[in-house]
Amino acid sequence: MVESIITFRNVTKKYKDTVILENISFKLEKGKFYTLLGPSGCGKTTTLSLIAGFMEESSGDILMNEQKINHIPANKRKINTVFQDYALFPHLNVFDNIAFGLKIKKKSKKEIKEKVNEALKMVRLPDFGDREISEMSGGQKQRVAIARALVNEPEVLLLDEPLSALDMKLRKEMQYELRELQKRLGITFIFVTHDQEEALAMSDEIFVMNHGKIIQRGTPTAIYDEPLNRFVADFIGESNIVEGTMMADEQVKFAGKTFECVDGGMEENEPIEVVLRPEDIEVTTAQKGKVVGTVISQLFRGVHYEIVCTDIDGNEWKIRSTKKVKVGANVGLDFDPEAIHIMRFNETETEFYQRLENYQGS
Amino acid sequence: MKAKGLYFSSYVLWLLLFVLAPVALILYQSFISINGNFTITNYENFFKIVAYLRMTFNSVFYAGLITLITLLISYPTAYFLTRTKYKQLWLMLIILPTWINILLKAYAFIGIFSQAGPVNNSLEWLGLGSHQLLFTNTSFMLVAAYIELPFMILPIFNAIDELDESLINVSRDLGANKFQTFWNVTFPLTLNGIKSGVQVVFIPSLSLFMLTRLIGGNKVITLGTAIEENFLVTQDWGMGSTIGVILIAAMILIMFLTGEKKRRGR
Repeated sequence: MVESIITFRNVTKKYKDTVILENISFKLEKGKFYTLLGPSGCGKTTTLSLIAGFMEESSGDILMNEQKINHIPANKRKINTVFQDYALFPHLNVFDNIAFGLKIKKKSKKEIKEKVNEALKMVRLPDFGDREISEMSGGQKQRVAIARALVNEPEVLLLDEPLSALDMKLRKEMQYELRELQKRLGITFIFVTHDQEEALAMSDEIFVMNHGKIIQRGTPTAIYDEPLNRFVADFIGESNIVEGTMMADEQVKFAGKTFECVDGGMEENEPIEVVLRPEDIEVTTAQKGKVVGTVISQLFRGVHYEIVCTDIDGNEWKIRSTKKVKVGANVGLDFDPEAIHIMRFNETETEFYQRLENYQGS
Repeated sequence: MKAKGLYFSSYVLWLLLFVLAPVALILYQSFISINGNFTITNYENFFKIVAYLRMTFNSVFYAGLITLITLLISYPTAYFLTRTKYKQLWLMLIILPTWINILLKAYAFIGIFSQAGPVNNSLEWLGLGSHQLLFTNTSFMLVAAYIELPFMILPIFNAIDELDESLINVSRDLGANKFQTFWNVTFPLTLNGIKSGVQVVFIPSLSLFMLTRLIGGNKVITLGTAIEENFLVTQDWGMGSTIGVILIAAMILIMFLTGEKKRRGR
């Protein structure tokens, strides 16, 4: 049993009559990078506020290092937060912003100076201590906010969409930097974002949330390759979702044909949904293809072409291909059995992982 | 362009007629002695005669006290107002009395504080006996503070209302308790509201004269009273103007002291 740093036990948060979080339970291990991913209003920021202590849960328990922290106020928790809008104190300069927490803890002047300078170096902003906040760029403010949180040596660092205000390039850079920092310091990071790419690139584990519930949790590859349902498949990356029938284990029927796949454990003739990622489909000639479709549009995306086809059943297929095709032409779509992922209707996360285990075990 | 010039010229005209010209006249008048000579005797007298210096001290002292009292009442009031549900409504109710003429309010207080007024009636009913409330320094300051209160609450309310909630959360997050958060974040970030409140209250309080007479019973003689006396009773317009000039200078000084200082930076 690995030591858990943050535990949620049946946590529910209501605001008046609206349920924001519904009976959430999870355990987070020490030193990992977690991401809460979901659309706005899914409850991810509320989860963060509960961990930080800015809000109190309506019911359930929150534990830190196996100790209940329900009624411990935010200032007594060994948790620090990096806010979405940075929330730097406008009346203090960079140095004093970072020193805020240490001054509150009445550390000696010498120690404060040492630690702040160290933190500034860590976020690659040495010699910026005397600057006013208004003189800093967005990316620099972001780093000050991170330094201000980390200088307190928290056990858990919460990050609430910290990169959403940055431009694309800076954002990618900061993704690397954050991941690097987390590995170096060994602190548990809990990162909140609605950007699936960001989540996939940085996390050890992702929690996909919607309507106040955790829909699916797992490593980035597990979630990408084996989405639990249509919501997860749609939210994480692009996908082709078509309806089909499970003929038998490893036999699935869709688009008028039966194909070999690698999934099983369903009932015979059970209606299911099939997920095929656009990059897993290859364009060939109509004779060689497993499914034949007519190209209805083609968009040049730089790295690849985005092609949309329809098959005879009227299913739409999105394909990413480096080869160019002609709009209106009949093309064949080819894919491996491994590329086909089957989703059952209304399967819960527990049932899903249970089935995977049972089926792969047999 | 033409229309803009028209608007601008009307503004300049207004400024000339009602701001610059009166100030210039006062300034000129302040150098005219009671005999009609152009001298600086008025200024010499002001700084030589003890009575004037005492008045100056009284004005500053009482204006300071009034400002302090209003500030002490206003800050918590404004703070709790920002946290109420219908804050705009409550704020309106506080601003409402400013629409009533100050003289009417002063007379209302004469009624309230008089020997047979509601305050004394209540005191008697409680068995504390009736007291002379009117024409005391306390009642003068109370009424002055009451009248100035909305002008102090408003800028402070705005400053607190505009304060970013996440800054409070950050402060808590970084380990500060409620008091430390107030002292290190809320207070310094609402200081500008306090400064404008102090300006708006302190400066007019320097030259209060109606209230000193009606409520304070002329026990406190401030510079405002002195100006009135010089113009209307002794007819020494020169001396009245001199005090006026000194008051204007004091106001400019206060504005300068409480004004927003440019933050240092590179």
